[in-house]
Amino acid sequence: MELISNLLVQIMQMMLVLSAAPLLTGFVRKMKARLQRRQGPPIIQPYRDLLRLLKKEVVVAENASWIFRVAPYLIFAATWVAAALVPTFATGLLFSWSADLIAIIALLASARFFLALAGMDIGTAFGGIGASREMMIASLAEPAMLLIVFTMALVARSTQLSAVVDLLSASGVGLRVSLGLAMVGLIIVAIAENGRIPVDNPATHLELTMVHEAMVLEYSGRHLAMIELAASVKLLLYISLIGCIFVPWTLAGPGESTSSHLAGFGGYLAKLALFGFLLAVFETAIAKMRVFRLPDFVGGALMLGLLGTLLLFVSRSL
Amino acid sequence: MGAVVYLMLCVAALLGVGLLAVAGARMHAATAMVCGSTLVLSIAATILALTGLTGRAGSAAELILPVGLPWIGAHFRIDALAAFFLAVVNIGGAAASLYALGYGAHEEEPHRVLPFFPAFLAGMNLVVLAGDAFSFLLSWEFMSLASWALVVAHHRDPENRRAGLVYLIMASLGTLALLLALGLLTGPDGNYGFEAIRHGVRTPLTGAMVLVLVLFGAGSKAGLVPLHAWLPLAHPAAPSHVSALMSGVMTKVAVYAFVRIVFDLAGDLPWWSGALVLAVGSLSAVLGVLQALMQDDTKRLLAYSTIENIGIIFIGLGLTLAFRADGMGAAAALAMTAALLHVLNHSLFKSLLFFGAGAVLTATGERNLDRLGGLIHRMPVTSLLFLAGSMAISALPPLNGFVSEWLTFQAILQSPDLPQWALKVMVPAAGGLLALAAALAGAAFVKTFGIVFLGRPRSTEAAAAQEVDRLSLSAMALLALLCLFAGLVPGPLMDAAAPITRLFAGGALPPQASLPWLTIVPAVASGSSYNGLLVFLFMTISALLAVWVIHRFASHAIRRAPAWDCGFPEPSPLTQYSGSSFAQPIRRVFLARTPVTREQVSMPAPGEMRPARFALVITDPIWDWLYQPFVRAVEFAALQLNKLQFLTIRRYLSLVFLSLVWLLLVLAIWS
Amino acid sequence: MGHGLTFDVAHLLAGGLVLVSFLMITQHRLYALLNAFALQAVLLALSVAWQANVQNAPHLYVTALIALLFKGIVVPVGLHRIIQRLGIHREIETVIGSGMTMLAGMGLVALSMTVMLKITPTADPLAREDLAFALSVVLLGLLMMVSRRNAVSQVVGFMSLENGLVLAGTGARGMPLVVEISVAFSILIAFFVIGVFLFRIRERFDTVDVRAMDRFRGERR
Repeated sequence: MELISNLLVQIMQMMLVLSAAPLLTGFVRKMKARLQRRQGPPIIQPYRDLLRLLKKEVVVAENASWIFRVAPYLIFAATWVAAALVPTFATGLLFSWSADLIAIIALLASARFFLALAGMDIGTAFGGIGASREMMIASLAEPAMLLIVFTMALVARSTQLSAVVDLLSASGVGLRVSLGLAMVGLIIVAIAENGRIPVDNPATHLELTMVHEAMVLEYSGRHLAMIELAASVKLLLYISLIGCIFVPWTLAGPGESTSSHLAGFGGYLAKLALFGFLLAVFETAIAKMRVFRLPDFVGGALMLGLLGTLLLFVSRSL
Repeated sequence: MGAVVYLMLCVAALLGVGLLAVAGARMHAATAMVCGSTLVLSIAATILALTGLTGRAGSAAELILPVGLPWIGAHFRIDALAAFFLAVVNIGGAAASLYALGYGAHEEEPHRVLPFFPAFLAGMNLVVLAGDAFSFLLSWEFMSLASWALVVAHHRDPENRRAGLVYLIMASLGTLALLLALGLLTGPDGNYGFEAIRHGVRTPLTGAMVLVLVLFGAGSKAGLVPLHAWLPLAHPAAPSHVSALMSGVMTKVAVYAFVRIVFDLAGDLPWWSGALVLAVGSLSAVLGVLQALMQDDTKRLLAYSTIENIGIIFIGLGLTLAFRADGMGAAAALAMTAALLHVLNHSLFKSLLFFGAGAVLTATGERNLDRLGGLIHRMPVTSLLFLAGSMAISALPPLNGFVSEWLTFQAILQSPDLPQWALKVMVPAAGGLLALAAALAGAAFVKTFGIVFLGRPRSTEAAAAQEVDRLSLSAMALLALLCLFAGLVPGPLMDAAAPITRLFAGGALPPQASLPWLTIVPAVASGSSYNGLLVFLFMTISALLAVWVIHRFASHAIRRAPAWDCGFPEPSPLTQYSGSSFAQPIRRVFLARTPVTREQVSMPAPGEMRPARFALVITDPIWDWLYQPFVRAVEFAALQLNKLQFLTIRRYLSLVFLSLVWLLLVLAIWS
Repeated sequence: MGHGLTFDVAHLLAGGLVLVSFLMITQHRLYALLNAFALQAVLLALSVAWQANVQNAPHLYVTALIALLFKGIVVPVGLHRIIQRLGIHREIETVIGSGMTMLAGMGLVALSMTVMLKITPTADPLAREDLAFALSVVLLGLLMMVSRRNAVSQVVGFMSLENGLVLAGTGARGMPLVVEISVAFSILIAFFVIGVFLFRIRERFDTVDVRAMDRFRGERR
């Protein structure tokens, strides 16, 4: 019975992640617009954008290779699999033991690898600028993420995300310094990896300020739809990760009743709304950084992760 | 008993092929015959090594030949560790032979390559098989000399001659260090057999000196910083299949030497040995990959990437030493399994990458990144296989590079229980450096694959490239399939390493092959697990599902048009990113104020007509700070000692007289 | 290792102080540096107030209030006006790059944690770890003084060093109020002297960049 319920939870989570991602993106845009005293597009606009893109003709450069056409599917697949493994409303995911936090980070790294290659495929300067800047940010954000994972894994004594969440929601852990540092670091990494202000502007189309947009400049039609959806799913993944680790109390455990799962679902939607709102406020309040100030910003997250790991190595109670 | 004898027969056959090749190298089908026979012999040796790995768990069979030192003979034996490394060596040798069957057809001077190739393979096998110090050192020197001959095979290029000289000096210094180490271990009795050394008793000072000497000797051959300077010179200079063997396999023979002497022969070492190895390993990992990012020559880039991966292996070995010294057997087994698995994985994907670079060199004649580009259209199979190698080396699931890095991270997470304070501070730093190296490796291979294969061709040679022959492609395809297999099913490989960890690390991981769905679980207490097969299946299913949905519901229309490029498409391929432009942000973040990179800008004064010039100079500061002063000191000492050549007869006689008096004095005081 | 809310909140606040010290090291602009310093003073006040709660020492509430008012409001506002009158609200030049400064800061934190936890194996765990954090704040303040060229930012580094000392003092039990008042007054005097000094320097040499002042040091032998 527990097997069936875990399987159902896993499948529902996969569908939820896919369907809620554009809603989250639309919500953040709407909140930003309202904070800037604009009306803004409706919350369901990203769904309409995706449908519109799916129906359009794809224009591919003459010298594009098969990597250009295959990359959107690989990026989407890797991001979706990673997002399906992060608990959103329940921790009883059937396949949570097949990939732990380190594997989730590596799946996101695969997606980024192919995105950068797709950027370099056509051989334009924009693709090069996007790919090289993306790899620079990644060379700091990925170790920062790994060290933050180390911090959480040292507290929970396991890298399995379900085990970490179960331990943190059991309230025996308390408010730890290292977890506080990890939270600040994770927020910085989430901003950097998702290309939000102050790292990258998701709404810009000015060449020298783009990182993500520069890599996908040549994409159109259904390929662009897949990449946009993958980016929304990635944002959802990071917000779910912050939510399930640092605000884990609404998650339903494995094998609990349907009502607790429904409560978990409601709690999850509330968390998405809250973090989306906070993201919109943060993006409106701060300006985008110069590209070469980014290493200081993301390097700060690296230092926080390193500090958290060091504190836990030095004394298990910190 | 049988396996050792048959393996020695294979080695003898390899030597025989080498001798025959000396005579018949100028024959028409010489390459095919030599490489074909080495292929067959390497496959046979691999099968024998695998039987040695699975058949006997820990019991060693020995063969004693009446050659060598008269009071010992030459011992050769095979135990679990030797069987593992023999499998690694011979898989690499078989792949290189298969590749050389196709690549060797382009060789201009086959008589300089063909005799030494089987000798090199024989030398590497002999090092792993050796059972006493004398035959070990003899085989080590033989292996170095054979590879040196291959490095200077293309001797008309002065760069290659210089690389050969540096390699010869570093190899000799390394052998000297190993000689001293084995001499210290043997003691004054002269009983050089490994069995006798194993049971010897030694002081902690001896153990410390042995460790430092072995780090110098084996580490310089493996490519540890700061003894790595010869590697980026010598590995690219050799023909591509030999470069693959040197980077992918010979460095692993050096790792074998380290493991054999430090873990097996030297007995128990204190905890700071682990700290030293860990520090050297993490430094090598980061410095290697940073230098790799700055290179614009494909083969030098791959050579520096080898330095990075050797650093990762030594991080695992350092953790094993630290855990073993504190009696944490299970964690030591985990760290050692991670290191051994990375040995196998690196030999597979590094050979694959060198074969790809060799294929590009054959097709275009270019090694410089800034003269390549767009090769994915001209060489589709090579580019696909090189992509697989790049994904493996960047540690992306579900390939094999990710498995060994995951195991190394799990070993680091077991470290907070280590009691020593220095380790408590060093291990998080090493973990951070390892994470940084892994991320930078991904950047380096996005750069390599993107500049070489994607984009538009930057030279006419690149635009006119043709796909290479089927034999080279099949060698690469074989290695790519092995990488995929090792990534999807790592459990049996970890079980194969279990007898080794039981002997040398004091513990073993729980048996992996029996776990459901081929998952691997390194430590039952933590419950962290990874299942490569399921991740691969999920990614494939998600991708196929996405393809199906798109094809059902989306428009199928597709049109080819000139690139958008924001409305200003540039026809010149020089406007796309070059290798150094791609690496510039990372160079600015990590290396801006270091002496590694120097930008030289010369601006014309107002009114001058010449163009402005920008030059980027990449140096290895270790060469200037460590090697140059050493060389100058040696030159100075040599010049001073040279004065002994020009003394009068009376002075010479007085020298002899004084040394005689001195020896008599020593005898008088000492006895 | 549930040892309760006391430990965790104290450690969180002390860790927050270390975090803000890191933040201060990486600030390039003077106004942002002053804001970070004010934040550090607020965190210090909260930490001292929590210690007052835990140790049942009401005089520490006064210390917390002094820290909040004096270092959280008076000093930042005063330095703000000095900066305005000196006209130097431009970017700070650091002697070594930002990345190297952060790495050096990490090394200092590791060093202070190792030293403190190694030499006090038998002391109260809460006090040991708080002292370790306090030593980190002191060292980071020193690092700030060493790595800056601007005299105002060196003053801020000195004050953050003093914050670390107060944290250490309240972490161990029994720091009397008299000592705190005298320390506060000496800081006030030092502040005035430094302020007057800075004006004199500025009048004389038209700059407060310490490199420029090296030139006027006199004959070298």
